[in-house]
Amino acid sequence: MTDKRMVLTCQGTGCISGGAEQVYLKLKDEIETLGFNEHIHVKCTGCHGFCQQGPLVVVEPEGTFYTKVKPDDVAEIAMSLKPKGKPVDRLFYRDPATGRAIPNYYGISFYNRQERTILRNCGKIDPEDIHDYLSTGGYTAIRKILFEMSPEQVIAEVDSSGIRGLGGAGFPTGLKWGACRRALSEKKYVICNADEGDPGAFQDRSVMEGNPHSVIEGMICAGYAIGSKRGMIYVRAEYPLAVKRLKIAIEQAKKNGFLGRGILDSEFDFEIEIFQGAGAFVCGEETALIASIEGWRGMPRMKPPFPARSGLWGKPTLINNVKTYANIPLIIGNGAEWFASRGTEKSKGTAVFSLTGKVANCGLIEVPIGITLRKIIYDIGGGIPDGKTFKAVQTGGPSGGCLPESLLDMPVDFDSLALAGSIMGSGGMVVMDEDTCMVDVARYFLDFTRRESCGQCIPCRLGTRQMFEILDSITKGNGRPEDIHLLEELSEAIRFSSLCGLGKTAPNPVLTTLRYFRNEYEAHINEKRCPAGVCMIRKEGE
Amino acid sequence: MEERILRDILVHYRGNRGELVPILQEVQESLGYLPEKAMLDVAKFIGVSESHVYAVASFYAQFRLLPLGKKRVAVCRGTACHIRGAPQILSTVERTIGLKEGETSDDLEYTLETVACIGCCALAPCIRVNKDVSGEMTPEKAEELFPSAYRGVQDD
Repeated sequence: MTDKRMVLTCQGTGCISGGAEQVYLKLKDEIETLGFNEHIHVKCTGCHGFCQQGPLVVVEPEGTFYTKVKPDDVAEIAMSLKPKGKPVDRLFYRDPATGRAIPNYYGISFYNRQERTILRNCGKIDPEDIHDYLSTGGYTAIRKILFEMSPEQVIAEVDSSGIRGLGGAGFPTGLKWGACRRALSEKKYVICNADEGDPGAFQDRSVMEGNPHSVIEGMICAGYAIGSKRGMIYVRAEYPLAVKRLKIAIEQAKKNGFLGRGILDSEFDFEIEIFQGAGAFVCGEETALIASIEGWRGMPRMKPPFPARSGLWGKPTLINNVKTYANIPLIIGNGAEWFASRGTEKSKGTAVFSLTGKVANCGLIEVPIGITLRKIIYDIGGGIPDGKTFKAVQTGGPSGGCLPESLLDMPVDFDSLALAGSIMGSGGMVVMDEDTCMVDVARYFLDFTRRESCGQCIPCRLGTRQMFEILDSITKGNGRPEDIHLLEELSEAIRFSSLCGLGKTAPNPVLTTLRYFRNEYEAHINEKRCPAGVCMIRKEGE
Repeated sequence: MEERILRDILVHYRGNRGELVPILQEVQESLGYLPEKAMLDVAKFIGVSESHVYAVASFYAQFRLLPLGKKRVAVCRGTACHIRGAPQILSTVERTIGLKEGETSDDLEYTLETVACIGCCALAPCIRVNKDVSGEMTPEKAEELFPSAYRGVQDD
């Protein structure tokens, strides 16, 4: 590319909330005024991942890493960029344990313990400029599949990479593609599920904001592989910046001949449109998502027939998550073996997590599947702040579970998490410390699922409400000893008799907290006491 | 006025059922909410029953059937926000602007809502006012988001 120095300013939603837009504009202005613009390029990028320290500014090639940058700091940063200028050390990241200032991002354990592949270009390239994506090898997968591979070969490559979907079950992506390929129909659809409704997760948003072309390229590969001409990205309307950047990316891809009729002068046509989801957690379920696009209430239906056979408008439809598509260009470009070289025997590749809650370093991380929870929370996350002790980590959002300290050395993969009562899911990872009440957390999740239940299965609609009311009364000090058994019984019934994933997994937060933190329930019920001091229990006579 | 806006929106659509959600989104974007009359006209335009449009409009969290305040205050109740004190933030805001979750002030200045997740979890707890997100909230910072003149009192 150029040998210019680069000043990368993060323009993700997190940093923008801290004033990153003004920082970017002021930096550009200042560099121009100082006459540095021949040697220095000020670039807007997507999310760097370390949102907690934002707004972030990175100077490359040195890798100088500035945190919590305010517009008032800009002049000083600009001056530091003159020849022999000294970096602004007061803006360096400080290690939360030692207080030591670390000047470069590769010296920070939050970054250097990660393995960033899906996120490799997030925070490096300008998401609104296709040329930046092209300069990192973008869209070469399209050329490769169109001119060197048959659709069957593409599917075989995806299949042998071992990549799995991010729903509760971790369904193998290659099998899904194969089924869509075999379905006979003139019309087929490719849908990207970007309805990231899990509270506590934002990785899909960051990928779409930071590297939208990687998602588009993956969808084009999928269209070619299954024989579809139309793609659709179903993205939450709550993510306006992601919508905007996807729209720009689609326009630019069209102009450059990667979308539209006769892609790269081949016989293959493919178009992508955006559908903005109007806000319903249940629409993350694929048949509900389809119903929503078709103009119904987003309610799931019975499977089979699976969408691969009869999906949108009754046609074969492939639905994958944002990160699954973002991985495809890498699998095509580097080969299935490269992808499968990381991860565990049955769970390949990397996983992206939103690491949040009571942990020193919050942000977006990418790690090889199979890493332990301890490494994520302590090495990358920097442990629990304020001298508090770890209590639990919640993965998988409202469908997942809370795991205790005794499981910290468990590898993070699809099967181990399922065994422990949680799921991989979309990748929320919320750390909880001694000040978090586990009964309150269970109550919180059931409050969420009770609101989000679509209402068509009675056990889910009324059962989640019932469970919420029991949990609510326990947190208020009105719990009865038999409530624990009642919660277990209701959990079993809801799990067994719900149609879709929302209901089937809704009891998980309760079941895991009962399994690992039963003593907290008992303290609330028997001693009318909240060990974490969260619940307002009024003692008799007070 | 409303009818003209609606007409201008509908000319861009063909009247397929699959356009229902996008049309309702555009109507709400222009009018701020979904007036009953607009929903009736949309039903006619798409050729579905009025109850179908109401069923869809009432299903999704995005749609509002009543006028909204000029400033839409959304307190995030995502998981990360919850364990870092979102319930206290919500009660502070409720007290400060004198509204309960879901309510709009009589002078149409504020609407108070909660949202499932804004997606700024690393900066929890967060509040969004219209399109601006503020992170790492404390009850004190939350109070400062609102002019002291506005404590349930008219603000001009």
